[in-house]
Amino acid sequence: MRATKNHNVLSVLVENRPGVLMRVVALISRRGFNIESLSVGPTEDPTRSRITIIADVDDEAWEQITKQLNKLVVVHKITDLTDEPSIERELVLFKVNAPAERRSEVIEIANLFRAKIVDVGRGSLTIEATGDESKMQGMEDLLRAYGIREITRTGKIAMSRNSKEE
Amino acid sequence: MPDDKKQVAMSTVAMEGAPRGLGSKNPKQGKRMTGAQAIIAALEAEGVDLLFGYPGGQAIKIYDALYDSTQLKHVLARHEQGAVHEADGYARATGNVGVALVTSGPGATNTVTGIATAYMDSIPLVVVTGQVPRAVIGSDSFQESDIVGMTMSVVKHSYLLLSADDIARTFREAFHIAKTGRPGPVLIDVPSDILSAEITFEYPDAVNIPSYRPTYRGNAKQIRAAARLIADASKPVLYVGGGVVSSGASAQATELARMMRIPTVVTLMAKGAIPSSEPLNLGAVGMHGSKYANMALNRSDLIIACGARFSDRVTGRFDEFAPEAKVVHIDIDPAEIGKVREAQVPIVGDVRRVLDSLLEELARIEAAPDTAAWLSQIDEWRTRFPMYDEHVEEPAGAIVPEVAMRQLSRALDPESTIVVTEVGQHQMWAAQFVDRELPRTFLSSGGLGTMGFGFPAAVGAAIGCPGKTVVCVAGDGSFQMNLQEMATAAINNVPVKVVVVDNRALGMVRQWQKLFYGGRYSATELDDVPDFVKLADAYGWGAERVERPQDVEAAYARMLATEGPYLLDLRIPRDQSVFPMVAPGGGLSEVIGAIDSGAGFRIVAEPDGVGWTNWASRTNKAAGGVGGREGGR
Repeated sequence: MRATKNHNVLSVLVENRPGVLMRVVALISRRGFNIESLSVGPTEDPTRSRITIIADVDDEAWEQITKQLNKLVVVHKITDLTDEPSIERELVLFKVNAPAERRSEVIEIANLFRAKIVDVGRGSLTIEATGDESKMQGMEDLLRAYGIREITRTGKIAMSRNSKEE
Repeated sequence: MPDDKKQVAMSTVAMEGAPRGLGSKNPKQGKRMTGAQAIIAALEAEGVDLLFGYPGGQAIKIYDALYDSTQLKHVLARHEQGAVHEADGYARATGNVGVALVTSGPGATNTVTGIATAYMDSIPLVVVTGQVPRAVIGSDSFQESDIVGMTMSVVKHSYLLLSADDIARTFREAFHIAKTGRPGPVLIDVPSDILSAEITFEYPDAVNIPSYRPTYRGNAKQIRAAARLIADASKPVLYVGGGVVSSGASAQATELARMMRIPTVVTLMAKGAIPSSEPLNLGAVGMHGSKYANMALNRSDLIIACGARFSDRVTGRFDEFAPEAKVVHIDIDPAEIGKVREAQVPIVGDVRRVLDSLLEELARIEAAPDTAAWLSQIDEWRTRFPMYDEHVEEPAGAIVPEVAMRQLSRALDPESTIVVTEVGQHQMWAAQFVDRELPRTFLSSGGLGTMGFGFPAAVGAAIGCPGKTVVCVAGDGSFQMNLQEMATAAINNVPVKVVVVDNRALGMVRQWQKLFYGGRYSATELDDVPDFVKLADAYGWGAERVERPQDVEAAYARMLATEGPYLLDLRIPRDQSVFPMVAPGGGLSEVIGAIDSGAGFRIVAEPDGVGWTNWASRTNKAAGGVGGREGGR
């Protein structure tokens, strides 16, 4: 996941019902755009879910996606966080090679990034980390030296910093 | 706005989307009944009197309940695609929501082309599909298909019913969504086990969908800005699209043109919205529009787009389209504004209401743009490059399609007839030469370009408008795509008149092969099968074949005088092309095949030198870029 010029972030409030995610995703893919990151979860209102979509597209395409999403009957509200002051977070699990003699080095890196060791194996450690894109990238770069066996990401979630948000 | 007028406008807003029928006042309200009976009761409460369909295993309970209805007339199609096009033709002709009822699996999948056709042209439909019982959904059971998933990108909205208790609310919402805002098809998938569940029928009048609130009223500031642009324009063009028909804004659009003296171009979807007899109406625009209409649009300094979407069939090569024009874009769908062409003044709203306000504002500021020089310039183009002229040299003894369409136009009373077309060359000739004075009297598949749409749509229109004569202008290729509906017409005694413009070819693609692919007629020649007159006879229709130009008018007269369905096989030469034509991949200024009255009324179709090579190379690019079957079939 590399930062690009057009890093677009949409926060989409939708009905919490079966098939809704498919409508949203199908609409975006139908217009030929690749979703870079997607996360879904219920909100403070159990009848609503929030989808955070990140895609790298140009401004015109982005405007069209936003307008088309707004037309879906299941979509309540769209907040474009692309140019808003906002908080972006992602949870990442790293499974890293860590033979006994180098284990403490890996633990030190995890501590530096305020990440947690959540599983220890004979030759590996599993680390849980959260943060924004640059932090996760920095951690990944350092851990690469030890050999990363597996990475899983939750997809990013985002929230605007200002208080006017619904 | 005077108070009483304001009152009317307000009540229209409140009425928007309400049931056409009795709603909650329906006589079955509060009664215990099965899910299947509730579906019929819901359709009745909506005021539906006509539906088109085809039964099957998972729809049998709905059909059983339908058997008791005195209000609903069901038309049994001969194919589910036919049923949906019939419902679509009914909706286009009447303005009501069209309803289709089919079974699960193949019944449902057969509706997809019909739904997509309606979606592209913004036609309100409610399509009810049977589904396998809830317990076996997802198990690949017999006649199961995920129709909600398959149609997701071609419906305005869709429902998979999961409880009989949801039937009433879902049907109310479906009708509301189908006909409000930008209209479109809504699908309701009904698992058959909920059809036998017992419920109390409570039909609501109102809907509560917080996430669906179309904007009807245009922004006042934007309307004032639009009025100022119009007042200052010297070369304005009014660009009228299908939204003017669906919002019922024909009178307002015509008044705007007349009051401000603005020349007007009309898309295929809006034919009839501005009377053909109106001198300011320049008629068809775009790929097969007149050269003068295209020149006017392309050289304008202001385009007032009303319910139109700058389709690639209208604009031609986009980066060369109307380079000097500012754009006022009025549309109820915000996603259309700025999608293709940037609008200096975007106005989201119902075209009719926006135009009402715009006309008031223009009157208030006493706008009087000076368009006299512009109109006389256009008149000059119109005289110089006529759409057709009898002086053009044509093959001797053969029926000339342009002339035959003009004769048809003269034979049809504008008030009491509806013309429906299939898709291809005949469609373009009909659009060019059949005059229409009223909206909803020219029906054609514009966006999807569905061959096989026209004939069933004509059947639906004819059943929906019993007082009108419905004439379907078809091609021999298109007609064969849904000719099983001849039985539907025969059995229901639908007096539809089909004129098959018969060139024994897939004429439009063949024309492209002739012009751009070196005459390599790959898979476009149909041969002289079937004998359409014998075919008509087999279905109990009247029919006649006409081959000589001097016999055409009398044949039309006989066709129109005959009661019941009738087929006229109008034989034209294979080699006729639709002109003028914007070279594929070319801009609106690159018109080929226009008649030049200044050069002895010749059709200049043949390529000349450098320009031609450009067209030919562009064609291939354009065909790849826009999609393989660029020109229709």
